[in-house]
Amino acid sequence: MGQQVRIEVNGTTHEREVDPRTLLVHFLREDLALTGTNVGCETSLCGACTVLIDGEAVKSCTQLAVQADGTSVTTIEGLAQDGELHPLQTAFHEEHGLQCGFCTPGMILTAVDLLNDNPTPSADEIRQGLKGNICRCTGYHNIIKAVQRAAEGGAS
Amino acid sequence: MSGVIGTSVKRREDAALLIGKGKYCDDFTLPNMTHAVIVRSPYGHARINSVLTTEAAEHPGVIAVFTGRDVVNSDIGGVVPTGWLLPGIKTPEHPILATDTVRYAGDGVAVVVAEDRYIARDAAELVEVDYEPLDAVTDVLAAVADGAPQLFEEAPGNISFDWDLGDAEATAAAFDRAAHTVEVDLRNNRLIPHAVEPRGCLASFDDTSGELTLYVTTQNPHLHRLLMSLASLNLPEHKMRIIAPEVGGGFGSKIHHYPDEAIASFCSMQIGRPVKWIATRSETNLTDAHGRDHASHAEIALDAQGKILGLRVKTHAAMGAYLSTFAPAVPTYLYGTLLSGQYDIPAIHVQTLGVFTNTSPVDAYRGAGRPEATFVVERLIDMAADATGLSVVEIRRRNFVSKDDFPYQTAVALAYDSGNYDGAMDRALELSGYEALRAEQKRRREAGDTKLMGIGISSFIEACGLAPSQVVGALGAQAGLYESGKVRVHPTGSVTVYTGSSAHGQGHETTFAQVVADRLSIDVDQVEVVHGDTGEVPFGMGTYGSRSAAVGGSAISTALDKVIAKSRKIAAHMLEASEDDVVFEDNAFHVRGVPSKSQGWGDVVLAAYLAHNLPEGLEPGLEETSFYNPENFTYPFGTHICVVEIDSETGAVELQRYVAVDDVGNVINPMIVDGQVHGGLAQGIGQALWEHAVYSDDGQLLSGTLLDYAVPRAHNLPFFETDRTVTPCPHNPLGVKGVGEAGSIASPATVTNAVVDALSPYGVKHMDMPLTPEKIWRAIHRNGG
Ligand code: FES
Ligand code: FES
Repeated sequence: MGQQVRIEVNGTTHEREVDPRTLLVHFLREDLALTGTNVGCETSLCGACTVLIDGEAVKSCTQLAVQADGTSVTTIEGLAQDGELHPLQTAFHEEHGLQCGFCTPGMILTAVDLLNDNPTPSADEIRQGLKGNICRCTGYHNIIKAVQRAAEGGAS
Repeated sequence: MSGVIGTSVKRREDAALLIGKGKYCDDFTLPNMTHAVIVRSPYGHARINSVLTTEAAEHPGVIAVFTGRDVVNSDIGGVVPTGWLLPGIKTPEHPILATDTVRYAGDGVAVVVAEDRYIARDAAELVEVDYEPLDAVTDVLAAVADGAPQLFEEAPGNISFDWDLGDAEATAAAFDRAAHTVEVDLRNNRLIPHAVEPRGCLASFDDTSGELTLYVTTQNPHLHRLLMSLASLNLPEHKMRIIAPEVGGGFGSKIHHYPDEAIASFCSMQIGRPVKWIATRSETNLTDAHGRDHASHAEIALDAQGKILGLRVKTHAAMGAYLSTFAPAVPTYLYGTLLSGQYDIPAIHVQTLGVFTNTSPVDAYRGAGRPEATFVVERLIDMAADATGLSVVEIRRRNFVSKDDFPYQTAVALAYDSGNYDGAMDRALELSGYEALRAEQKRRREAGDTKLMGIGISSFIEACGLAPSQVVGALGAQAGLYESGKVRVHPTGSVTVYTGSSAHGQGHETTFAQVVADRLSIDVDQVEVVHGDTGEVPFGMGTYGSRSAAVGGSAISTALDKVIAKSRKIAAHMLEASEDDVVFEDNAFHVRGVPSKSQGWGDVVLAAYLAHNLPEGLEPGLEETSFYNPENFTYPFGTHICVVEIDSETGAVELQRYVAVDDVGNVINPMIVDGQVHGGLAQGIGQALWEHAVYSDDGQLLSGTLLDYAVPRAHNLPFFETDRTVTPCPHNPLGVKGVGEAGSIASPATVTNAVVDALSPYGVKHMDMPLTPEKIWRAIHRNGG
């Protein structure tokens, strides 16, 4: 009853047989042991599970692994390049954009997509762009500043 | 590095979290691990006629199914206890799985353990429970009405406790001679904490050694171990290791001992394999201890000059279906004692009734009692301003405890140790440009602007740094509220610190490293901070009540005193000087008045471990532990001011500015302190404007998902304008007071005062939270708008 999928994750291609009902987030977390992608609500409402699929931010808790067949997925583990943090990761650190860190992977990947679409967003545009991601710790203040900082540094 | 206190050292915690390497509870996998799903009652109140598990147990991949009866028939304790008792309190038993009756939607009745979480969920559907629905009651006032459905025979009228504080007679006399009195009925809305990481655990019982290892989303692993050892599991404490891995936010909701971690442990003990249980979001919303849910009648009495004479409050506080860990303390000692606010009030009386309802239990949630008290006081003060004709600023100023009157004994037990309330208010007025805001408001009102501008102010006090153990013991706590700190200096001079505080986002590893680095004049990178593991840390009461810096930090500081005292003895011996003449400064021991004679820290530490030449009678090694028991609570305070704009056509509120001036004493890491304020503000603003846990009368949680329960999102909030005044705490070594809850304590009242201010031309004097567009629209259009 398994179904064969071929998914590139963080640059490595994985060919696996998965149960057709396996959620992408569980495929990443359990089959590939990439536990950086978190589950906060399993209903597309918190954004903690956000990953990039072919460059677009997608909530992996409501996607089936089989739907991601043939795509290229980036998780938080794959964002730093050759040990160099992505400018958004650095900016979150500099601006104290994370506390418990649970929302952070999803927040950063959503921001990657946001800055790709709009490299010079206003604070309001950043707030609109991140409204699908809940952070209960930071009040968003420093998250917005972090995205602004990354944008100013030409992060996109 | 001395001087590192007070600087915004960037967090060391971030390195792992930013690249997805932080390990939260659900990220752990143990060999042979299984998954549990708890079958929960869909009814708010029902009798259980039978629980049939055969079909579920036979489902392929299912390992076992257990019911409440299986727990009763085992030799574990099987109940979760209450950690705070009040005189006359009724504490009905709270079984980890219900056997005869379920009392809220979410009450556990059975558990399914399977090879993976999908199978466990499928099989949970196959457990057949025959329920006989009973009448339910979810509203706190309805629960005490005549004829209300009763939750427990031993708690007639659904009353768990009837508690009071203060002098009823003196308060009545104050009202008799008052020139002005104001009264209000108000509600403090029920909230769901919503840490983004749902609760969960991973229990692994080793049946050869009899040892249980439990990874659990907790703010206080030692407290969990204690309660589980004493009540729910009956395992010896030394056979239990409880680990709080990365914890994705708590806000109080991860203090409490829930049935779930005991259920998972029970399952692991039964099947001899590790058992993981992770809540779904709806499950966590149904079963996390909720916050607030008060109905109060509050009155204030003033003389002709607007000086407060007395305050009287009667509160019905929902406890939910069972008494959670600290539940009885929250609407009593963490609430009634705060009703003096920042004000000199000669007579106060408060009565609180703790009421059972068919809802999730209610317990500490960020602020815990203090936001509720602040809401009562700061609403009454604004209403009193209206009644006396004083401005909202003047009435506060006239009644503040003056900065020369500390220590100040309130009429409700607390002795405030320090404060400068005018100072914080002046700074908030200045930072907000208050006069100009009022002028703008006047102009816009006169011009008939349909966008209604409102300005809100709230001056708040909190008692935190919980707490002097002998005091809380006398008040009913079943535990002490000290904290432990152990400082281990390694032979080469670097340090590992073990703290009983248990961070879940607060950045203790960074902050506490600063405390150590500052004292020993070493680099912060020379300090490792270990927390959240009963296997490593001697003991700990954990992180809540804004206590970590004030109590946990002080424990580390007093352990450092001992380390320095011992190393000074060794240094004096090496320097052939009298110990009294040796001072520790800039990472070295110096002989006073003889600048050429000194011994570096590293040499002294090494000498302690070589033990070739120690003063007589001194043991080798350099490691000290302190259990710090605070002398008093700490009393952070501040004034917050905000500006709202209400669209009179739609009733929608836009929060335009939020200015927060807090006095949390000395600040170790300003960046982290600001972050704590921001987070607290977002939660308090959420309470004021959007958040509300709503139950139907028959016990269904109507706002059980993130679609129905409005957690603030990025576009709902402005940037916050924060500042501080600094009045150090006089009784702890760091002079710190605590900051975790300040924002959530002040902001519900600030925002509500602003909305009421905006609506005052429509005759609105009070409005209950959340201040939804519908409520506001109705208030505006009540008289045809
Ligand atoms: S876990 Fe996917 S959106 Fe919340
Ligand atoms: S940092 Fe904790 S939820 Fe965002």
